[in-house]
Amino acid sequence: MNDYVQEVGALTTRWVKRLSRERFSLLFTLAQPMVFWLIFFGNLFQKTANTDIVQAPSYIAFLAAGVVVMTILNNGLAGGTDLLFDKENGFLERMLSTPISRTSVVISRFLFVMTITSAQVLVILGVAYLYGVHPVTGLGGVAVIILIGLLFGVGLTAISMALAFSVKSHGDFFSMLGFLSLPMIFLSSALVPLSAMPGWMAVLARLNPMTWAIDAVRPLILTGWDAALPQIGIVVIVMAVFDAVCLWGAAKAFRKTLG
Amino acid sequence: MGLTVGGAVAIEVERLSKTYEGTVTAVEDVSFQVAAGEVFGLLGPNGAGKTTTLRVLITVLRPSGGAARVLGMDVVEQADAVRRAIGYVPQERAIDRFLTGREHLQLLADLYHIPKDKATARIDEVLALVNLEHKADEVARTYSGGMKRKLDIACGLIPDPKVLFMDEPTLGLDVESRLKIWEHIRQLKARGITILLTTNYLDEADQLCDRIAIIDGGRVKAIGAPNELKSGLGGDIVTLTLALDDLGRVEALAQAIKGQTGVKAVSTKQQVVDIRVSSPEATLSAILGAVTAHGCRLEFVDYHRPRLDDVFLAHTGKRMKEDA
Repeated sequence: MNDYVQEVGALTTRWVKRLSRERFSLLFTLAQPMVFWLIFFGNLFQKTANTDIVQAPSYIAFLAAGVVVMTILNNGLAGGTDLLFDKENGFLERMLSTPISRTSVVISRFLFVMTITSAQVLVILGVAYLYGVHPVTGLGGVAVIILIGLLFGVGLTAISMALAFSVKSHGDFFSMLGFLSLPMIFLSSALVPLSAMPGWMAVLARLNPMTWAIDAVRPLILTGWDAALPQIGIVVIVMAVFDAVCLWGAAKAFRKTLG
Repeated sequence: MGLTVGGAVAIEVERLSKTYEGTVTAVEDVSFQVAAGEVFGLLGPNGAGKTTTLRVLITVLRPSGGAARVLGMDVVEQADAVRRAIGYVPQERAIDRFLTGREHLQLLADLYHIPKDKATARIDEVLALVNLEHKADEVARTYSGGMKRKLDIACGLIPDPKVLFMDEPTLGLDVESRLKIWEHIRQLKARGITILLTTNYLDEADQLCDRIAIIDGGRVKAIGAPNELKSGLGGDIVTLTLALDDLGRVEALAQAIKGQTGVKAVSTKQQVVDIRVSSPEATLSAILGAVTAHGCRLEFVDYHRPRLDDVFLAHTGKRMKEDA
């Protein structure tokens, strides 16, 4: 047990050190979603968005939940990137030749991605706060938002790591990520409510786990516990299924690479 | 072939084979033994199966057939015990450019579950061993190729291994750094560490290794001490390089030389004729006579004791191409 804590701790520390030494990467990692989506996109559509349709005091207030979950999506999908480089340059093999538990590498990556994601969610909620979006459920609601993020992030990170282990080249990895991420965003309730979507898009958005996460986060910010609790109940079930499917699918790639 | 060794056996490979995705055979029926305390080299061109064999031995690849044991422990059944006993030095790229040398070593110490207080002493010890103390706290991005190699070796030594595996230890290094790395490897041998390395450098195999296995096309072609293998060819080598216009006459000339007394074997490649002779003094004039008789013009004549590339040629039918 002590051995396990020691190795996972050391591996997680390495991810943190890597990020902290890549100053620009750190800056862009933290700034990108809130700048591009929340501030630019939010303000850009402020006047065109109909507050009756989005059911929120402003478009930014509506968008905040969407940007929070988009951040979780992007971090999760990019979660395997460092492992991809480790696989290509032989660092992974070096780690696997040591007497560590075969799960440590993956677990350290989960811990790291989840920590970064949680920090980013807080930053986005902070920026939204400056635009007058104050979560009505308070700090308790913020804590629940982070927990929903963790639930969604586990499955996404698992997919990303499995992809990193399976692809033949890192070009494949990044093009697949790009291919996955935008449709996930457009076919969800992140930018407009389902009621405002063309019917066929709304159907697809219903099948997107991201929609369920957003629909639980949004009432925590805008309406209150009464509206949020049923949605939270649903999202826990949806995410349990989503994570189970992702981990089951990823397990084969993990076993093949990690032994 | 020297499949078995006397005394303590550190590494045992028995009829090992590895097939990728059911079709591509990387290694087939490979067997050899490495004695404790030896420097053993797997020599072969790229894609010969050296690295595949190495990866099975360090437990990161499962063999498709056969077995391998390190210090008597099976690399599949007792993988974790094997990992605790060995060190691994991968190729130079396996360095995290954002970490310092000391941070690499600290990470490795944690992965080998060395307690913090012992780790500090161990890290200083291996840094001193490879003369890297002065760069220990700089990020690896600033290291030269030779320094990265030293850091690699230091990482491999962290667990104080009895057996060290090195993948192409001097690939891509300049001459001076190569000699330094060789010196470090000799020091490790003097400390009683068994070393298995892969190489596609003939001089590295020749000068550094106690014994080598020549691998080509996934199979072991010859095993032995470099000198044994060379003398095993039985005779010295005369190489004739003819003028290009004589290409058409090469085969006839080779046939004529084959009949001479003292000639043991003749092989040709384009306008080059390799002749193995038992005593050059008696045979050389006969060979030159045959050249004149066939109206061939000599560009160049070389006579030498067998070298490792002659051994490689004799066992694989082709010349070894080295990668710079």
